[in-house]
Formats: sequence, structure tokens, C-alpha cells
Amino acid sequence: MEPFTPLLALGDPFPRGVVPYLIGGLLVGLGASVVYLSTGIIAGASTFLESTLSYVSNVDRFNRFKYRQSRGWRLVFTAGIVSGAALWAFVLAPDPGIWTTRVEWWRLLGGGFLVGVGTRLGKGCTSGHGVCGVGSLSNTSLVNVATFMTFAIGTAQIVQALGVSP
Amino acid sequence: MIYVGGLIFGLGLAVSGMAKPEIVLDFLQFEDFGLLFVMGGAAVVSGVAFAVATRYLDRAPLTAREYARRVKEFDRNVVLGGAVFGVGWGLSGICPGAAYASFGVGNYPILWAIAGMFLGAYAQGYVRPTSTDDTTTADATTR
Repeated sequence: MEPFTPLLALGDPFPRGVVPYLIGGLLVGLGASVVYLSTGIIAGASTFLESTLSYVSNVDRFNRFKYRQSRGWRLVFTAGIVSGAALWAFVLAPDPGIWTTRVEWWRLLGGGFLVGVGTRLGKGCTSGHGVCGVGSLSNTSLVNVATFMTFAIGTAQIVQALGVSP
Repeated sequence: MIYVGGLIFGLGLAVSGMAKPEIVLDFLQFEDFGLLFVMGGAAVVSGVAFAVATRYLDRAPLTAREYARRVKEFDRNVVLGGAVFGVGWGLSGICPGAAYASFGVGNYPILWAIAGMFLGAYAQGYVRPTSTDDTTTADATTR
């Protein structure tokens, strides 16, 4: 499952090279910038969860004005993310085709649940805090990123140490 | 334009491999530090956009919104939420944006994670009172 040709093999710390990561990161930032510069909207991926829930749930929290007001563009943004990834996977990638994970379903479900709770409690996720918040030099975001990085690394190391793979 | 932005965003997530939980887990297990370049590169580009727009531009052309930085109020939920998110990220290797992108590359098992995220978001919304609002302080003049 090595989809990338390591154009710049730097040895151990970067077994897949750094070029795809760097290009990908610049594109992620560019995507957020395109949204921001054209509309003034600060893109984040996780509020989509709550704003979309407002379509189907009567819980007050999901029906707050800012969610109802933004749920339309959030659907569009998320559709963009899905199709952008599909564009790479099926058209532009050196080895086009479907890709599926081997991570166990219970890890995805349980981890997803915690991600759902955590991003909403913590006011953002990797894109909201990590890209836009850090890009804004927001202290709140820097603290949040440092926290989730620490806990994520700890968790991943423990899971690995317990012999769960993948 | 939001669609185009999302498209580039998703393309970037796919190119960088963030859409693959295995690559994220490799990073968290210190086997591949490439992810630093993804986040770093993305934050630098968006940082430039934020800095230029808030300083030199007036309003967004399509919506007439004022440009503001993303500054959210700090409270203990930021740390608590970050910790819960971190455990979830470390367990699954998936975060919201990357999960949607992962679905885009045809990774249907990711629906487990997306279902989990919606359940989690629903659970916290159900439990938390509406009054604990998280407002974005839109202060365009802040440097």
C-alpha cells in the first residue's frame, strides 16, 4: 500500500518522502484560503456534524441560529471534500482506484464517537483549530492542538503496545 | 466557490494521505513524521491568507462579510474536548475532514467512523445545555 513514489527519500523519519505531504498540506491550506478569501467564511470540517444534525433532530443545540444558517454551505463544502478526494483517487493518482482501510471497525466506530464528542466540546478539529486556528495564531487553537496531539500520540502508542494492528 | 475550496481541500487531504487512517497512525506511532508537513504547510498557507485579508482587504467579494481571524474563547472545554478528540484520533486515525475525504477515495469502512462521529456529536449535543455557547469572537482589528 505504497501509493506515493518517494521523490525525496530522507531516510527513516520520512519513509514515504515529504513531497506528497507538503503538496497535500499546501493544497489543504489553499482550499481553506479559497473559501476564506471569496466568502470570508472560516472553514472547519467538524461543525458539519452538528449543522447537519439540525436537519433531522429537534435537539435545541443543533438548531441554534449559526448551525441552521450555515448548514447549507457546510454540506457544499463537505461535498467538495469528498469529490476532491475522489478526483485524486480515481483520476489524478499514479495508481487510480478504490482504497480501503484495514483498521478494525470497532476502532473506527469508537474513535469516531470520541472524535465527534471531542471536536464539538473543544470547538474545533484538525482543520478548524489545526489549520485555520493556528493560521490565525489563536492561543485557544494552539492549546487545543497541543492537547489533542499529546493524547493522540499517547493513545496510538498504547494501542500499538497492546498489539492491536492495524 | 465553497465547493471549489472544498474540492481543493479534499484533494489535498487525499494527496497527503490524511484520508488514510494508517498513515495518520504511522505518524502518531512515530513511524512517519510526514504529517507535520501537512499541518505545517496548510497552516502557513491559510495563515498568509488570514494575515493579508485582515490587514489589506475589506470585505469578501461574494458575501460582503468582513474578514476576521479564527479566534475562539478559551475555556476548560477546549482542553477537555482536545483530550477526548485526541484519544479518538489516536484510536481511529481519523478526524472529521479526513473522514469525508476518505469516503471520497472509496474507503467504505470509514462509514463506521463517520457514523461514530455523528453519534458522538449527537450525544454531546443531547447532553449539553444550549447555554454553554461557543461564540467566535470576530475581531477583524486584532493583529
